[in-house]
Amino acid sequence: TLLFLAILSACTVWQWMGTGEIYLLFLTRPVSQLGHGLLHTLSKETVLNFYQNMTLLNTMDRILYESQRQGRISFYMTNYGEEGTHVGSAAALDPNDLVFGQYREAGVLMYRGFPLDLFMAQCYANADDLGKGRQMPVHYGSRDLNFVTISSPLATQLPQAAGAAYAMKRENLNRAVICYFGEGAASEGDAHAGLNFSATLECPLIFFCRNNGYAISTPTSEQYRGDGIAARGPGYGMLSIRVDGNDVFAVYNATKEARRRAVAENQPFLIEAMTYRIGHHSTSDDSSAYRSVDEVNYWDKQDHPISRLRHYMTARGWWSEDDERSWRKQSRKTVMEAFERAEKRLKPNPELLFTDVYQEMTPNLDKQRESLWRHVQQYKEHYPLDLYDKYQH
Amino acid sequence: MAAAARFFSRRANFKLSLSAVGTGAHSSFGAALLKPSPNCNSRTKTQRRHAAHFTFQPDPVPTQYGEWFIFGEDVAFGGVFRCTVGLRDKYGKDRVFNTPLCEQGIVGFGIGAAVAGATAIAEIQFADYIYPAFDQIVNEAAKYRYRSGNLFDCGSLTIRAPWGCVGHGSLYHSQSPEAFFAHCPGIKVVIPRSPVQAKGLLLSCIADKNPCIFFEPKILYRAAVEQVPEEPYTIPLSQAEILQEGSDVTLVTWGTQIHVMKEVAAMAQEKLGVSCEVIDLQTILPWDTETICKSVVKTGRLLISHEAPITGGFAAEISSTVQEECFLNLEAPISRVCGYDTPFPHIFEPFYIPDKWKCFEAIKKMINY
Repeated sequence: TLLFLAILSACTVWQWMGTGEIYLLFLTRPVSQLGHGLLHTLSKETVLNFYQNMTLLNTMDRILYESQRQGRISFYMTNYGEEGTHVGSAAALDPNDLVFGQYREAGVLMYRGFPLDLFMAQCYANADDLGKGRQMPVHYGSRDLNFVTISSPLATQLPQAAGAAYAMKRENLNRAVICYFGEGAASEGDAHAGLNFSATLECPLIFFCRNNGYAISTPTSEQYRGDGIAARGPGYGMLSIRVDGNDVFAVYNATKEARRRAVAENQPFLIEAMTYRIGHHSTSDDSSAYRSVDEVNYWDKQDHPISRLRHYMTARGWWSEDDERSWRKQSRKTVMEAFERAEKRLKPNPELLFTDVYQEMTPNLDKQRESLWRHVQQYKEHYPLDLYDKYQH
Repeated sequence: MAAAARFFSRRANFKLSLSAVGTGAHSSFGAALLKPSPNCNSRTKTQRRHAAHFTFQPDPVPTQYGEWFIFGEDVAFGGVFRCTVGLRDKYGKDRVFNTPLCEQGIVGFGIGAAVAGATAIAEIQFADYIYPAFDQIVNEAAKYRYRSGNLFDCGSLTIRAPWGCVGHGSLYHSQSPEAFFAHCPGIKVVIPRSPVQAKGLLLSCIADKNPCIFFEPKILYRAAVEQVPEEPYTIPLSQAEILQEGSDVTLVTWGTQIHVMKEVAAMAQEKLGVSCEVIDLQTILPWDTETICKSVVKTGRLLISHEAPITGGFAAEISSTVQEECFLNLEAPISRVCGYDTPFPHIFEPFYIPDKWKCFEAIKKMINY
């Protein structure tokens, strides 16, 4: 059964914002066709929390993208335009649900409470990084927040999510797994494996596909010829839904219902959230090489999840221009403060190059560690030791 | 069973003398195993085995591994090599189950289950088919702990796969892919030579807090018979075992080839008066450099043998390390007797394999160097 969510957008409102940006605001009607009683009435506090997470993420993205441009961090990936998919889905989950992501789901982690300092620490690979400085920026992870560390290979997380969900089903603790991926990653063999396994092995799992129009430069017309990702679900015997990914409430409702049923019925669900990647793929990409500025502007101005949510809030008198101005100022300030702290922090002890390969230190690695130590003692002026925590051996 | 018997009799001259399973009559392969009781005469009747040649189901259900399950293609009915016979009935369909036919899915699923804290035992039907899972093994399983700063790991994952030549397996039922995985920090690769080793090493892999690949020499599923202790026991990983001490040549190998090497050692002693030290490496990664080097320091000569093709095979790694550590102790160049750099052939298998004559000849050359 394929259920479709109908999205209505009505009139547009031009408004000059304090930051100098022009937003085209949509009157959004959060519509849910999922069934009776599923349109959750969210409190003002909850909705404001959605908005603040989405905009804080946006602010952090702007600052970290810039910091890469200035050579302060090596690499960055923004989440522009997809904030609704992150926050809407994250809010619908239980904090104990395990998250497997791809790389463009920072808003999920932010919603769960991952501090700015730790986002920055990972991007700067400083000594506070939970990942011990081993991975490129945006490869976040948090055991406490049940967010499995991101890895670069695409779609590898899908069969893993199925396995984790199966294990959780046996534990019988009412936990679900959510697995995020893009429409490009959905072409990988691992995606087919994950979908098929989760259905045959009856796993309490939500597959959440962010269909954002591009896999780096490859548009969806070159990624698939079928009816997107949602249409593949029934091929696996999996209930699927396509939602407007830029309607945070639609995303919330779909995820909420999928989660409820996944756990109750031990079966997987597939949600395809239609959205748009407003930013470049990463700091290594200049998307003007393969798409028009007009196309990007359309989405930025006419169908942005943040703008749509703001309009919803202002229409209810929950958010004024003053609130907007002071929140922007405050969020920018907290991001900048975290940024400055992260900049100053040293990198981890180079000994950490050798640990965690195995749970235990092996004789072979111990010898190599010793060998590097002796080498650096002899050639220390050729190594950037002052950037790192003291090289203790 | 009848087909198997025909296969065995045709292979009378085959290096393992499988027609004389268990008696040791024609080969020292048998001698390596505990002799059956005097009442048991396997020359006149087929030796009866326990229902499952590979699985012993202890009582009560083991709990020390937490939540555990075993899965893969055809695991539920008992497996194509009968390795999981009886397990589903005893432990339930939630614990012993089939997966769809997809190795990348099997391993990925296993990784995820391990990340969620379960003890996951994934079966790949033949090591020859492990390659679709290569990305999951190398890029994910091996790196899970390191890349997450030890926040996450899949240490409770064990992957098992039948391995090595079987007489008629040809390109895709005979491979020994350990060298591909030896190049991958973060996983362990283990290969047993016999039933007693298989149980101890497999239990070690399952208990080990790192993802392990356990290659099971398929020719030994039927051929090898030993008295295996019923209670659980482990054999340490990354420790090579000296099976036979010697003073003139060190012979290093693993899996099925151990049985060939033991015959070679006997031949060398008898025909050349050469005393061989036979070492079973057991764990390919991380490998026990200390035991091997110590032995070569003593003997001055090293022969390494494996079925896998010689170029880039694991013998190359051992050879390289030993010449670094023991250069001045070497009396002769290190010798490698391995498969040729071809895919594993069907009808040419008797010519392809590193049999005892090739190993014997290599020893002669080293002695006369």
